[in-house]
Amino acid sequence: MTKQIGIIGAGKLGVVLAQIALQAGYQVQIAGSGSAEKIALTMTVLAPGARIMTSTEVLANNEVIILALPLSKFNQLDAASLAGKLVLDAMNYWWEVDGKRAEFNDPRVGTSELVQNYFKDSNVVKAFNHMGYHDLLDESMVINPTNPMRKAIAVAGDNGQAVAQARQIVTDFGFDALVLDDLNAGLKLQPGVNTFGANLPYEDLQTAILNYDETPFGQEIAKLKLQ
Amino acid sequence: MEKILFGLDTFGDIPANENGELLSDAQALRQVVAEGVLADQLGVDIIALGEHHREDFAISSPEMVLAAMAMQTEKIKLSTGVTVLSSDDPVRVFQRFSTLDALSNGRAQVMLGRGSFTESFPLFGFNLNDYDVLFEEKLNLFSQLLTEKPVTWQGTTRAPLQNADVYPKTESGHLDTYVGVGGSPESIIRAARYGLPVMLAIIGGSPERFKPYMRLYEKATEQFQTPVHPVGMHSHGVIAPTDEEARELAWRSIRVSMDRIGRDRGWAPMTRERFENEIENGSYYVGSPTTVAKKIARTIKNLGVKRFDLVYSAGNQTVAEREQTIELYAKEVIPQVRAILAEAAND
Repeated sequence: MTKQIGIIGAGKLGVVLAQIALQAGYQVQIAGSGSAEKIALTMTVLAPGARIMTSTEVLANNEVIILALPLSKFNQLDAASLAGKLVLDAMNYWWEVDGKRAEFNDPRVGTSELVQNYFKDSNVVKAFNHMGYHDLLDESMVINPTNPMRKAIAVAGDNGQAVAQARQIVTDFGFDALVLDDLNAGLKLQPGVNTFGANLPYEDLQTAILNYDETPFGQEIAKLKLQ
Repeated sequence: MEKILFGLDTFGDIPANENGELLSDAQALRQVVAEGVLADQLGVDIIALGEHHREDFAISSPEMVLAAMAMQTEKIKLSTGVTVLSSDDPVRVFQRFSTLDALSNGRAQVMLGRGSFTESFPLFGFNLNDYDVLFEEKLNLFSQLLTEKPVTWQGTTRAPLQNADVYPKTESGHLDTYVGVGGSPESIIRAARYGLPVMLAIIGGSPERFKPYMRLYEKATEQFQTPVHPVGMHSHGVIAPTDEEARELAWRSIRVSMDRIGRDRGWAPMTRERFENEIENGSYYVGSPTTVAKKIARTIKNLGVKRFDLVYSAGNQTVAEREQTIELYAKEVIPQVRAILAEAAND
């Protein structure tokens, strides 16, 4: 059976994930923030083969959805239409886009946990968030099969089955998957932690995550975990 | 073969003296003027200054610095990279650059962009939520101003204009205008829609990944039936007599500057491996003149760009280090790149 994936967001990250998914043999459905027409030219040239739809259609048609829209906008999506589905959260807090939002910078609760709280009947797994979009494209083994060093993407989720599925997708996309304990551990992949921007092979990424408390934000997280 | 243009770009980073002490903003600005004069004497085609509003950079009003250069230079094109149109007034931008065009005998160029920083928004009283509409509307107005005829315009981001004629007019009737683009496909399409040439800021990763963007630009011009202009690009670099010296210098200049900027955005510091990879396969043009020339030639060939600008002054380099890059770029790198490209064209 052909694998299929839906992507919400057709910015830099969404386009790159569509390119990788297509190359990995997935059928891709993608929605941007505006009309389908608005991204048609971009997708035809950059990710030919991806089907452009409205976000409502993408959510309805797919069992696996990647969220690649600005973090401040996820709650504009209809949570009910994602019930029972796997949601890969690739979003990050970016104050210049999202505005100053204290809850997105909380050392206790990761942004993916906020996403999970909103999509309460879905299985949210944090994935593809810590590597820059152009590194994703350069490093993916399906895009660049001669890449001398396979890189790792960390995934974090609470549901074992969902995490296993996410892990398979990360592998299909040409990366090693590094599985963290739970969704809360996704905090260690957020902006302000030394892993943010990490473009590393499996073992080096593991080391970076072990040392997440080297940065000030990492220390705040660590302090709360010890209490 | 169409002539490839070579430029030098700076944001007005603050130079350090031999003891590592930073010069004042005022000294930094005078140094940029001196560097523009040097680049002109050495025959570089373009110098482009980027507008910023943060401690790291002294240039917030590039056209003022360019006006000073205009008086002391002969041939070099005086450009920006970029002028943050979103937080500026299109009428004033046009006036300032048509003034520069007069003072420089037609050598002014303005590169409009959204900028990769956002400090100018609160500084000038704009809301970041209006990021998209501000640029879209202002570019729309600017494109009408470029006709140099009376403009009638209405929008949400500034007062309407009723048959407004804007002065001074340029002698050529056209102010040379580019749009500076980061990685957003939408920006490429927008530039094509207005029939304006595109300059790509390629600050990391493999430059070849922009190849589809070149196709996107062409497709978009087809769709809008606008002219296809040559595309340009800029990237960071440091040139020294040997690869080792250049790498060492780049490690304490480009890397330090990138880390400082990345920190504000939550990015982890650059690893040595990543830095080396940017030099080997990515977007840092660092090395001896021959190393850098080969890499620039390869990028120009692979992407099909017609203009390459080297961002030469990152971090807190000394004046001598900055001028060394300029000298080697002009005297050795540019001729070598031209030779490599000419040879490839004859094959």
